[in-house]
Amino acid sequence: MAKTLGPVRNEFSPWTDSDAVPFISFQNVTKRFGDFTAVDDLSLDIYEREFFALLGPSGCGKTTMMRMLAGFDAPTSGSVSLDGTDLTGTPPYRRPVNMMFQSYALFPHMSVEQNIAFGLKQERVPNAEVKARVEEMLSLVKLEAFARRKPHQLSGGQRQRVALARSLAKRPKVLLLDEPLGALDKKLREETQFELMDLQERLGTTFMIVTHDQEEAMTVANRIAVMDKGRIVQIATPAEIYEQPSSRYIADFIGDINLMEGRLTAFSEAGATMQCAGMGPKPEQTLTVQIECDTTGTLSPGDAGWFAMRPEKVRLSQEVPDGIDPANPVNAVEGTIYDIAYLGNVSVYHVKINDGFIIRATQTNATRLVERPLSWEDKVWLYWGADAGILLAS
Amino acid sequence: MKRSGWFNITSLVFGFSFLYLPILLLVIFSFNESRLVTVWGGFSTKWYREMWQNQGLIDAAWVTLRVGLLSATIATVLGTMAALALSRHKRFAGRTLFSGMIYAPLVMPEVITGLSLLLLFVAIDFARGFWAVTLAHITFTMCFVAVVVQSRLVTFDRSLEEAASDLGCPPARTFFLITLPVIAPAIIAGWMLAFTLSLDDLVIASFTSGPGATTLPMKIYSQVRLGVTPEINAVCSILLALVTTGVLIASYITRTEQRRDQTTN
Repeated sequence: MAKTLGPVRNEFSPWTDSDAVPFISFQNVTKRFGDFTAVDDLSLDIYEREFFALLGPSGCGKTTMMRMLAGFDAPTSGSVSLDGTDLTGTPPYRRPVNMMFQSYALFPHMSVEQNIAFGLKQERVPNAEVKARVEEMLSLVKLEAFARRKPHQLSGGQRQRVALARSLAKRPKVLLLDEPLGALDKKLREETQFELMDLQERLGTTFMIVTHDQEEAMTVANRIAVMDKGRIVQIATPAEIYEQPSSRYIADFIGDINLMEGRLTAFSEAGATMQCAGMGPKPEQTLTVQIECDTTGTLSPGDAGWFAMRPEKVRLSQEVPDGIDPANPVNAVEGTIYDIAYLGNVSVYHVKINDGFIIRATQTNATRLVERPLSWEDKVWLYWGADAGILLAS
Repeated sequence: MKRSGWFNITSLVFGFSFLYLPILLLVIFSFNESRLVTVWGGFSTKWYREMWQNQGLIDAAWVTLRVGLLSATIATVLGTMAALALSRHKRFAGRTLFSGMIYAPLVMPEVITGLSLLLLFVAIDFARGFWAVTLAHITFTMCFVAVVVQSRLVTFDRSLEEAASDLGCPPARTFFLITLPVIAPAIIAGWMLAFTLSLDDLVIASFTSGPGATTLPMKIYSQVRLGVTPEINAVCSILLALVTTGVLIASYITRTEQRRDQTTN
């Protein structure tokens, strides 16, 4: 059976289908504020029913992208289209897109129901229908009992729900979520992430979320675009972003990773072989790493490359692992435990290799009691399979 | 409470006596039976009744009320517009000058404002009287309104307007449905302030008033020069009650609004 990168949900992947027509399309969009370029010649396609995340550090241009789709900012050049219609020049109040604001932006002088009804009233929907739709929205976010409250009489989580209900009331073609869960505490945030996913699946609306929280993006989204300095660095599914990052920037930005620089010595059917200086059994020896990978990449023998491996894929052993020759190990290295971070569910071991390079290895604390616990200054072997890490060219 | 030692209590008593004793005396003597202002002749409300017989006082009060209502309303509209322009458009030619100039009348000596307005009215041959006083009051109360409204706009979340726009509401309607209701407490507070300022202004009114447009403070001042009567005390007490109510309402509105703000943000 072929190996896959993580779970596949409902076989939904229009982005792999070359016949699929994008629902939202940014074409060569550039946005400048004075001298500052917030978005730099960026093109992006998002498909219908997708839950799409824009992820990046603050100031990377992700919010500007969303504001250009909502119509609050106009692109300096390029165009944004939705469902085949060019949105250039359409003011925000005529776009079939609704946004949930980071600050929620609930109207303080209106009750919960008035807030939710506001968008429908602007469209002159008949009163009976407004009433029905408001009730539907209230039950969707489980706030029926709070219909007549004012926003300041609600908790943070309830306000977030009102904001969500208000932005969904007009049944927009696209729902934009600007850091929607930023103001909630961790527990509530995680709960709400799952609720958002369920909601999106049930409504079938295209959702676009802007966040700087990678866990949030990975939990909710079908695809993630990682942005940096106004450009997209990688667009892929959460599993691809994590397991197959396209560059060291992404590898380092998402989660934790060990990056080892080395020189490529051979390519074969099975993958690549790399030598990492100063990391062998003796300081003057190199460490041999074999990586299972597609060899048709941009690298050839003699090139420098980076071996990237997540800490949870490194295994730890107090004895020489089976099948490893201590004098000439492959995908294994001996080191000394330099530091241990005990996090409860897992422990992160910082293992120092002879020249001072640190490799991090995460171990699940599967049992409460340990017979021979690993401790500071212990000698340990680190080893991994050929599919544990990837080879990066840049 | 241990912290309020004798020193604190004494300074508090002295401070407040200094501030409020004269006013208290005025109110007490307005209930004096005797015609002599400084001699207590027993409790009576007869001066409050007598006051209504004094046509001159009633006329002056009527003028003051009309000037106050009119000038406060116009000053509120203009002041709110100025505040909006200042807080919305961060960069326009002469913004610094404009914002400086809007605050200047706050500290401008009233004599100067009055005199310059008088010169202006004379120069353009504008009849001094009711309209001149009203215009003058608009001029000097407008900046107070602008300051009050602007301080509210600083904390106004612009995403409220964006949210309204996002939900299909065009800009003009957004202003009336969202912006105005949210800043309404500050506007009302500004109006109250403008009204009370207009009510008790003497200096500027003296410069710009003409025959038939004597305001209450002017009337009181001229009567006092002929000798203080308990009647005047009664009028002043009522004026005092009006002004106090206005200020209290204004501060109450601002306070509740602040509390609401703190809980929503």
